[in-house]
Amino acid sequence: MSTAAMPNQRSGGLFRRPTATGGVWGWIVTVDHKKIGILYGATALIFLIVGGFEAMLIRAQLAQPNGQVLDAATYNQMFTMHGLTMIFLVVMPLGAAFTNYLVPLMIGTRDVAFPRLNALSYWIFLFGGIFLYSSFVLGGAPNGGWFGYAPNSVATAGDNMSFYAIGLIILGIASTVSAVNLAVTIINMRAPGMTLMRMPVFIWMTLVVQFLLIFALPVITIALVELLFDRQFGTFFFDAGHGADPILWQHLFWLFGHPEVYILVLPAMGIVSEILPVFSRRPLFGYAFIVFSGIAIGFMGWGVWAHHMFTDGLGPVANSAFAITTMFIAVPTGVKIFNWLGTLWKGDIRFPTPMLFAIGFVALFVIGGLSGVTHAVVPSDYQQHDTYYVVAHFHYVLFGGAIFGLFGGVYYWFPKAFGRLLNEKLGKIHFWLFFIGMNLTFGPFHLLGMQGMPRRIYTYPAGHGWDFMNMVATVGALLMAVGMAVFTWNVIATFRKPKDAGNDPWDARTLEWTTSSPPPEYNFEEVPVVHSLDEFWYRKYAHSKDGELVPVQSGASDAAAKGSYGGGHAGDHGEGADADHGGGHGIHLPSPSYWPIVAAAGLPLIGYGILYGWWMAFLGGAIMIVGLYGWVLEPSVEE
Amino acid sequence: MEEARVLSGEHEEHTSTGLPTTKIAMWIFLSSECLLFGALISTYLLYRGRSTVGPYPHDVFDIPYTSVSSFVLLFSSLTMVLSLSALQRGEIRRFRIWTLTTALLGVTFIGGQIYEFATFAKEGLKLNTNLFGSTFFTLTGFHGAHVTVGILMLLTLVGLSFLGKLPKEKALGVEMVGLYWHFVDIVWIIIFTVIYLIPDPSSGQVTFS
Amino acid sequence: MMRQEPEKTKPPAPVAEEEGSGVGTPLRAREHTETHHPGPKQYVTIAAILGLITAAEVGVYYVESLRDLLVFLLLGMMVVKFALVVLWFMHVRFDNPGYGRIFATGLALAATVYVIVLLTFGVFS
Repeated sequence: MSTAAMPNQRSGGLFRRPTATGGVWGWIVTVDHKKIGILYGATALIFLIVGGFEAMLIRAQLAQPNGQVLDAATYNQMFTMHGLTMIFLVVMPLGAAFTNYLVPLMIGTRDVAFPRLNALSYWIFLFGGIFLYSSFVLGGAPNGGWFGYAPNSVATAGDNMSFYAIGLIILGIASTVSAVNLAVTIINMRAPGMTLMRMPVFIWMTLVVQFLLIFALPVITIALVELLFDRQFGTFFFDAGHGADPILWQHLFWLFGHPEVYILVLPAMGIVSEILPVFSRRPLFGYAFIVFSGIAIGFMGWGVWAHHMFTDGLGPVANSAFAITTMFIAVPTGVKIFNWLGTLWKGDIRFPTPMLFAIGFVALFVIGGLSGVTHAVVPSDYQQHDTYYVVAHFHYVLFGGAIFGLFGGVYYWFPKAFGRLLNEKLGKIHFWLFFIGMNLTFGPFHLLGMQGMPRRIYTYPAGHGWDFMNMVATVGALLMAVGMAVFTWNVIATFRKPKDAGNDPWDARTLEWTTSSPPPEYNFEEVPVVHSLDEFWYRKYAHSKDGELVPVQSGASDAAAKGSYGGGHAGDHGEGADADHGGGHGIHLPSPSYWPIVAAAGLPLIGYGILYGWWMAFLGGAIMIVGLYGWVLEPSVEE
Repeated sequence: MEEARVLSGEHEEHTSTGLPTTKIAMWIFLSSECLLFGALISTYLLYRGRSTVGPYPHDVFDIPYTSVSSFVLLFSSLTMVLSLSALQRGEIRRFRIWTLTTALLGVTFIGGQIYEFATFAKEGLKLNTNLFGSTFFTLTGFHGAHVTVGILMLLTLVGLSFLGKLPKEKALGVEMVGLYWHFVDIVWIIIFTVIYLIPDPSSGQVTFS
Repeated sequence: MMRQEPEKTKPPAPVAEEEGSGVGTPLRAREHTETHHPGPKQYVTIAAILGLITAAEVGVYYVESLRDLLVFLLLGMMVVKFALVVLWFMHVRFDNPGYGRIFATGLALAATVYVIVLLTFGVFS
């Protein structure tokens, strides 16, 4: 068994370079993509509980007409923070969790391209989330909706929307940094033989997402800067009285906002594309079609943004153009749906929890997609816009879609990351509570919208015929809350069990399942050489003459148990000749570092400084620069 | 891992493309910056001629003055390229001279901008005076901030070189700083033409029609 | 019962370990073997051209008779300068085409979406 080369102590910085890989300190200075992935995941799940709590307050308030649970001002903060939390602090970081954990393992490498940069993006994310939430005790949380439309977002009194602008800028930096890192990792660090068309679909979707982030985040950054400047420095970017046009905000916001929804859902689509084949024991149907559809969605996602602005008065030409592009973008998703169904067709299907969530994704995303297509029809959208019909649409695609897919991923890869399988019974209960709960909550929203209930209202009068459906929706929310409690209990209980999952509990298809559970810090004893898509599967199985699946002889599972794949495939002469012999000769892993967390700490200080005093901003800037210089002067690997 | 090759100097690991990871990363980053500056430039273009009060561009712009600034920045791109060439040939002293020159030219540019902005402020144009002030100072401010970061990076390179940490083998890091520097230059090429030279409608001169 | 597995009973031959062996990837290794590496003289020439064009831009600005063509001339010269810096100083002309493609993607995307935004505001009418 090889050991990672242990770094020597060195005093380039004020303190000696950390060597710890265990304990709390080990987590703080880690640059290991697996630990960083787990940090993202755990933080995101905590924020999910917080955002869910906000949702419960909203539902409590709206359960009955003339609700007294929240006043209007508080309600505005609740629905704004619910949206911001779920989008920026839950779904995106959950996607990042899987991306960080899985990318190096699935492409057969030891870590991402820039491990310290990876740590930096996590810490900036955490501090950004804390910054955003600190607003609750510093005058009030953002209250202008997650979409922050000007001029309201400029004019509202208090620092609420300044926290919004600064907080999202900080979070955007985290995501941009991470996106560049992961994009080049996928482009440049694949195992020998892993061509682009032999990459798992999850990797493809991740690659598209990174490019969407890279190109979309700058746009919202400028929008937020312009908003912040209007609020703090007296500029006029969105002030019609001085010649400006608030519609500019909407363009800049939705230029980001639409690619953002694909950023939210493509990782889940990637996860589903991994889960369905494993539990149908069939390869993904139409791999190339799914890949190209994902790429198409990435491109086409840039051409539809103004469908969020149909009622702005852009005129019939603009509206028609965007209506057409929006209708077209349904096509690649439809292609994926049919390919997923094709994967299931005549498959040898099993239904453990990950599979339930994956199939749930397909069904619920189709429903959300259908309501989305109705939005593409402009006159129809005029009726739907700003009603609960829209709320129904995006919760079906984001909850039924992204969240279901991500939870499928949690159940599927939990044993890999933690060495134990989550309890199946509890998992199924969780699934059904979520499935029934979400349909009870968001199903009626379609009807409420059609019956004219507007969005973003803190209460409604009796006598509109909305009372019963709102009550039903609240009950559904309770079911989902119970589902989360069941999941949380499952996680806690599972951590008490021994690590007995084994390398490949699901009999899966991709490279991460060749390692131990959890994998060693260096991922692979020897860097794998890849000969085909679903490489691991074809090392385990071949076809008999009648097309039956036959396990390949010579101990596929033995080799896997050693944490490496020693070769057992019929036509393979083993890895000796052509694998990277890192094993046993001191694999050089990137060393831990405290500079990323130091550099990250500067950012929220700059944020507070903009609001409370320039000295704080300069201090934050100084800390950040010190952190960056310390980083630059420190080698990535201590010899 | 292709981490921070400025300092690590590790042996070349297998890459899927045969290209250095850091260079791919820098180009991706610069590509994203097109979206960033594009938003600022578009904001400016959208609001051109829409200020409700003055001063207006033709009131404050001093084209000859700004032309000199533009020449300075353009010339700094040349010295940057010469700096990289020098290091790639192992001419450490020359590398330091050209890099320092580039940094100094950058400082000159920034100094010129500061003086220009101070003059504008004296003439009544500030960030919060009107739409023109808002869009102009934000755009050029962002550009200036990028130049400043570039200057810091250049000075860091010189410092590293004097510490003996920047031999010819580590020229890739200098190439990265160079790419960033040239990008900042091409943004200015656009700003100078589109904001300074193309006449503003409020001046009664040519519009886009 | 026939399964719909693709023909994968035998893997393709193991991929030989060569530099930049990403089979099927568009970026290929040529990085350190390029022969046309511009020397200082070429760079100075480019810089001189850039200077001349800048002078021309400023000059055109002051020539009354060219007023009608001013915008087109200025934009044209701007594009040429942009291209010169990108292709020569940023080395795109001599490097692997992948880099230029990455940059062009962001540039094209930015140009397209922002022009569309400006169009909806009637900036060009």
